[in-house]
Amino acid sequence: MEQKNFDITRSREVMRLTFDSRSENEEFARVVVAVFATRMNPTLEEIDDIKTAVSEAVTNAVIHGYQNGEGAILIEAAVEENVLSVTVSDDGVGISNIEKAMEPMFSTLPEERSGMGFSFMEAFMDRVEVISSPGGGTSVTMRKKIGR
Amino acid sequence: MDPSFIYEAKGQILIIHMPKELDHHNCRNLRYETDLLMAENYISKLIFDFSRTTFMDSSGIGILLNRYKQIKASGGTVSFYGASSQIRRILKLGGMLTLMPQFESKEEAIYR
Repeated sequence: MEQKNFDITRSREVMRLTFDSRSENEEFARVVVAVFATRMNPTLEEIDDIKTAVSEAVTNAVIHGYQNGEGAILIEAAVEENVLSVTVSDDGVGISNIEKAMEPMFSTLPEERSGMGFSFMEAFMDRVEVISSPGGGTSVTMRKKIGR
Repeated sequence: MDPSFIYEAKGQILIIHMPKELDHHNCRNLRYETDLLMAENYISKLIFDFSRTTFMDSSGIGILLNRYKQIKASGGTVSFYGASSQIRRILKLGGMLTLMPQFESKEEAIYR
């Protein structure tokens, strides 16, 4: 059969990464996503934004999703034209009140946490969507246009 | 491995040299360690040094905010120095720039 090479194969590039829910992996996860995003020629500031947002989502999965216990965290990152999307998912306890959880300064651990995780994700990315239910895990999808 | 925090106590002044990557993982021991140092030395002036720090997320804000509340309650002061433009962005977004003064150098932070 005749093969035709359409450029369509290059229109979406995807990376998937699964790793143990451990605080040591927070740095690993944000660096991997940042390196994946370098194909979009981001500025240093955009790289910092992506790293911070990914770090927030992964930290939430470790601390809240799995409550510092065992579990797997999945990251799926995709580049589509000039938009980077990153989904961080866990199979942890889930969030009962997403609206409350996303409120600035709200934390279930106010002794040590600032409660600004979601605010930081929203500040550094263009869109943040959260899908979660008690016992059903949490999935955070963030999108950012690179190079304006 | 690079130690997370390096503490420098001079009388009632405590300088905390922040790690290169200031995230949840690297913040885990800070609370316990600073509580101990602050209680032992009657610290009245807490200074954060960001000169090594190239990455910070909201975990760092949590650390600063809680240390700020703690030292304010006992009448002390908190300041910082050595923050790069990226770290200042994070500190600003976290509302820290209105809470604590920033200095150019360690000497300035100590004597002002």
